[in-house]
Amino acid sequence: MPDLLQLLETLLANPWVILGIKLSVLLILLPATLVVGYVELKVMAHIQHRLGPMYPGGFHGWAQTLADGIKFIQKEDIIPRAADRMVFAAVPFLTMMGAALAFVVIPVGPQWIIEDLEVGIFYALAVSSIGVIGVLMAGWASANKYSLVGALRMAGQLIAYELPLVLAAAAVVMQAGSMSMVDIVESQRPFWLFNWPQGLSFVIFMVAATAEVVRPPFDMPIAEAEIITGAFTEYSGMRFAFGLFAAEYIAFIALSALATTLFLGGYLPPIPALDWEPLRPLWFLLKTSSILFVLMWVRWTYPRLREDQLQRFAWKVLVPLSLANIFFVGALKLTPII
Amino acid sequence: MPEGYFGDYFTFGMFAGLVVVLVGGTLLLARLVRPRVDKDEKLSTYECGVDPIGGGWTQSTVRYYIFALLFVIFDVEAVFLFPWATVFEEIGIFAFIEMMIFIAILGLGLVYAWRKKVLEWI
Repeated sequence: MPDLLQLLETLLANPWVILGIKLSVLLILLPATLVVGYVELKVMAHIQHRLGPMYPGGFHGWAQTLADGIKFIQKEDIIPRAADRMVFAAVPFLTMMGAALAFVVIPVGPQWIIEDLEVGIFYALAVSSIGVIGVLMAGWASANKYSLVGALRMAGQLIAYELPLVLAAAAVVMQAGSMSMVDIVESQRPFWLFNWPQGLSFVIFMVAATAEVVRPPFDMPIAEAEIITGAFTEYSGMRFAFGLFAAEYIAFIALSALATTLFLGGYLPPIPALDWEPLRPLWFLLKTSSILFVLMWVRWTYPRLREDQLQRFAWKVLVPLSLANIFFVGALKLTPII
Repeated sequence: MPEGYFGDYFTFGMFAGLVVVLVGGTLLLARLVRPRVDKDEKLSTYECGVDPIGGGWTQSTVRYYIFALLFVIFDVEAVFLFPWATVFEEIGIFAFIEMMIFIAILGLGLVYAWRKKVLEWI
């Protein structure tokens, strides 16, 4: 028995094994999208006084999104004759990368992080904008008018909302004095559920994040009633599932996790007395799922905005507000209140 | 396995590689199980069921090119903001005032664009 334990210990000390364990986070992401997708179906159904999926899997249709995924794999994959095949095929890889890469720096616990980069938050914001390139490529490579309109809308929306997002994050960095995600969480001690000097940053961040992941009320780029599915009109089968669905949900989870880390104290418990190491991932998951739930709620409460309203809101409200917020946080930081 | 500074990049690279493998692997799996029925009509561009009129790569107005210019300016500002934000507490009031002047100048630019009615989506 001691031999076995010793073997296990040496095995766990091997850097390659550690790396393998850390990278397996990615394998949790795809099932996580299925779960979040299912919960969203249920939440939207109940908000609209429906039951939602009830049959697949038996109990309250729990296997609905799994069945969707299997269906996607079986579906024929069509690349239109007019399309630019190479660029068309590269899109799912890019959108997935843009969505998943941010997870490298998200701390589920002080040790439970793939890599605590010193430029953590900066990195997360940088990689999450890779997806835009994928969408633009999809829109152009499809050689379809709807795709082109969708991609142009997407680009316009993402550049408009990138700014408030980044400026809100900068305000958090000012308070923490570090860009490392673990430092940002630790700077929020002593902690009771909300980091109040960052209240305005939180609101700005959440609005901009909703727009960044193209969820209603900011989903004009894929508005199905106007432009089919925007940039992904010509996509089918698994390419569609990755390019749009999986990427959207993973980005959705990533941004909620980012918001949790930046504003809600990440893995810190709501009451300092409960700070027990093994429970930390639980607090993190709880906070992240609350944000996910609130965003689903918002989705089924507000109707879609118009393109000009969206741009006006970003440039005339959010950008000036986030600049003022930086001033506010800086002044607050220099006065000895906090 | 690389350590330290390059170790970070290494992990990042492995993660990115794994994303590619995961997506590529699933697409490959899908290729094995999905049917393939070739039909010429399927390969035409989708345009609500009728034959497409003209090409897909048509001329279209990029309405927001001025937004894009503004975005570049503000994004560069954001890049400057981050290193400042990490150290400003140590430097104190001097750094704060200096950065506020910088932001005020950019804010003036935004006000100018606003007054020039550039921020209208037409």
